[in-house]
Amino acid sequence: MAERDLLLRALLTEPNQLMSASASQWDLLIRQARSSNLLARLANHFVEANLLEIVPHSPRQHLISALRLVDRQNIAMRWEVECIRKAVADTEMPIILLKGAAYVLSELRAARGRLFSDIDILVPMHRLADVESGLMLHGWQSLQYDEYDQRYYRRWMHEIPPMRHVRRGTVIDVHHSILPPTARVKVNTEALLAAAKPLVGHNSVYVLQPTDMFLHSATHLFHEGEFEKGLRDLFDLDSLLREFGSKDGFWEKLVPRALELGLERPLFYALRYTNLILGTPIPISVFMAAMVAKPVGGLLYVMDFCYLRALRPLHPSTDDTGSRSARFALYLRSHWLRMPLHLLAYHLGRKALIRDNETMAERNDPNIRNV
Amino acid sequence: MYGEFQLIDPAEFADFHVRLAAPSGLRRWIKPQVLFYFDGIPAFKPLPLGQALPMLEWGLNWCVAAHCHQYLVIHAAVVEKNGKAVVLPAPPGSGKSTLCAGLVCRGWRLLSDELALYDMDSNLIYGMARPVNLKNASIDVIKSFAPEVVMSEPVADTTKGTVALMRPPSASVQQAQNSALPAWIVLPKYLPDAPVSLESNSSAHTFLLLAEQSFNYDILGVRGFRAVGKLIDQCDCYRITYSDLEAAVLTLDRLVAECVYG
Repeated sequence: MAERDLLLRALLTEPNQLMSASASQWDLLIRQARSSNLLARLANHFVEANLLEIVPHSPRQHLISALRLVDRQNIAMRWEVECIRKAVADTEMPIILLKGAAYVLSELRAARGRLFSDIDILVPMHRLADVESGLMLHGWQSLQYDEYDQRYYRRWMHEIPPMRHVRRGTVIDVHHSILPPTARVKVNTEALLAAAKPLVGHNSVYVLQPTDMFLHSATHLFHEGEFEKGLRDLFDLDSLLREFGSKDGFWEKLVPRALELGLERPLFYALRYTNLILGTPIPISVFMAAMVAKPVGGLLYVMDFCYLRALRPLHPSTDDTGSRSARFALYLRSHWLRMPLHLLAYHLGRKALIRDNETMAERNDPNIRNV
Repeated sequence: MYGEFQLIDPAEFADFHVRLAAPSGLRRWIKPQVLFYFDGIPAFKPLPLGQALPMLEWGLNWCVAAHCHQYLVIHAAVVEKNGKAVVLPAPPGSGKSTLCAGLVCRGWRLLSDELALYDMDSNLIYGMARPVNLKNASIDVIKSFAPEVVMSEPVADTTKGTVALMRPPSASVQQAQNSALPAWIVLPKYLPDAPVSLESNSSAHTFLLLAEQSFNYDILGVRGFRAVGKLIDQCDCYRITYSDLEAAVLTLDRLVAECVYG
C-alpha cells in the first residue's frame, strides 16, 4: 500500500481491509488522520462497521479518544446553538446555521465523526447590527484585531470579525453572505435566504435547503486558500451528495439552482474532485450539465494539478515535489477570487509587511497548567 | 533521564512523534532557541535552548493531556506500594511533586508525578514513570533528602521558576506499563513549620477537587462524572499537611501498613 494513499484507502474501503496492516502502517495512518482532521471520521468508519475491535490496541486508543471528543462536541454544539438563539431572540431574527452546526442539528451523516472549531451563522445584511449587539449583550466579544483588520472585515468581507464568548470561549462567525461582496463570483444571497428551511424542534433556527447547503459548502472549499481542513471538507461534500442524492429531486435541482445563485463554477469543481478523489457517485446527466462551468483551455489541467495535491491528507508523507507550489498557487487564487487586484495588492502588501506569525505554535500553551 | 527506558523498533506503533530542534535561520547562532515539534509541526512558541529539557517534559504532558481522552486524565501524582496506589491530586504549589519524589526515594513505585491516567473500564490507573519535575526550593529539599538520586542540571528562569528533573528509579521504569489499583486519594499541602497531620477528607470535597484537577473532565461529560465518582468510591480520602518531608513519607508508609496488617 503506497504511503500517500493510506488514509484515503482506509476511509474508502471496507474496514476489514485493514486487518493485515502492519504496526508502522497503523502508525502513519493515525498521524495522517490526525493532521487532516479526520481521526474521528476514521474512528467512526470502524464503529459503523462494528469493527473497532479489529484495530490493534495502541492505535485503537487514539480512535477511542477521538470518538469521545466528537461525542462531547455534538452535545456542546446543540447547547451553543441554543445560547445563540436566545441571545438574538429579541431581534426576532431567524438565524441560519451553516456548515458543521447545520450538519449536527440537521442530524446529517456528514456530522458523524466530524470535529469543528467554531459556529457559522448567516443573517441578512440589514439585520447584522442587531444580531451583533444581541450577541455582545449576551457575552460575545469581537476577537482582538487591530483597526485595520476590523475595517478590512467590515468593508470587504462577507462576515464580521469572529466573536468569542467570554465565559465559554466558543467562537462564532456571523456572515451576511457566503462570499465577499468584492468577489468575482456574484452570489444571489436573497435567493439563498429566501429558501432556508426551519429546523424542526428549534424555534427561529434555520438551515439552507439541501441544494444550497451543498453549494455553500462547495463554494467555501473552492474559494479557500488554506487546506488544513481541505480533505475533511471534501468528505463533507461527499457525505452530503450521498445523503441528499438519495432523496427525490436533489440531482434535478442541483445544476439549475447553482446557475440561479451564480455558483456553477464551485459546483463543477465539487463534483469533479469528490468524484475523482473520493469516488462519489454522480449521475452522468448532472455531470454533463455542470460542464457549462468547466474552465476553458489548459486551466482545468492546472486546477487538477493543484487540487489533486492540495486535497491530499495534510501530512509530509503525502507531499510530492509539486505540493508546495500547488498550495501556494491556490492560496494566491483564493485572494484573487476574493477582491479586485488593486485591493488585493494593498491588502497582501500590508499583510507581508506586518506579518504576524500567528501559527499553531501560538495557540498551544506548553504550560498546560501552571504546575 | 531516560536511560532506563527501552527504545522501540521504528517499525512499531508510536503514540506520538515528537522532536526537539533548533528553528532555522539566524536564531541558530544568536540567542539560540528550541522548538517542540509534534509530528513535524511546531506545537508551541520557541523557548531558549537551555530550557530544552523542561520543554520536552511539558510537551509530552501536553501530548497526553490533549490527545488521550480514552482516559480520565487527572493532574495528580501517583505512587504505588504493595499493589495499591496513592493518588496525590493538587493545585500548583501544594508540594505534590516534592512529596511524590520523597515517596519514590523511599521505595514507592513511581507511576507519575503529574498525570494520572484513570482507565474508566478497568478502574485502574496508569502512569508513564517519567522523570519527576522539581521546582525551586524542592530541588535542594530532595537533594538533601536523598543524596543518591540523579538529577538534571537546574534550569533557571523558566515560566515555573527554576526546574530540575529527577531520574525515575529503574524498578519503576521497568514496570511503567503496569497499572495500579487506586486505594487512597491524599490531598497534599506543604505548610512551613507545620507538624505532619493526616485527616480524612470528605468525599464531596475530594470529588470537586478531582473534577477541577482533571484535564478532560468537561470533554468526557457523563462518563467523566461517573469516573470521578467511581474513583472516589474505590478510595479512602485524606488530606496531609506537612513541613518535614521525612515525617510525611513515614505517615503515608504507616497508612499503607495499617491497611495491609491492620
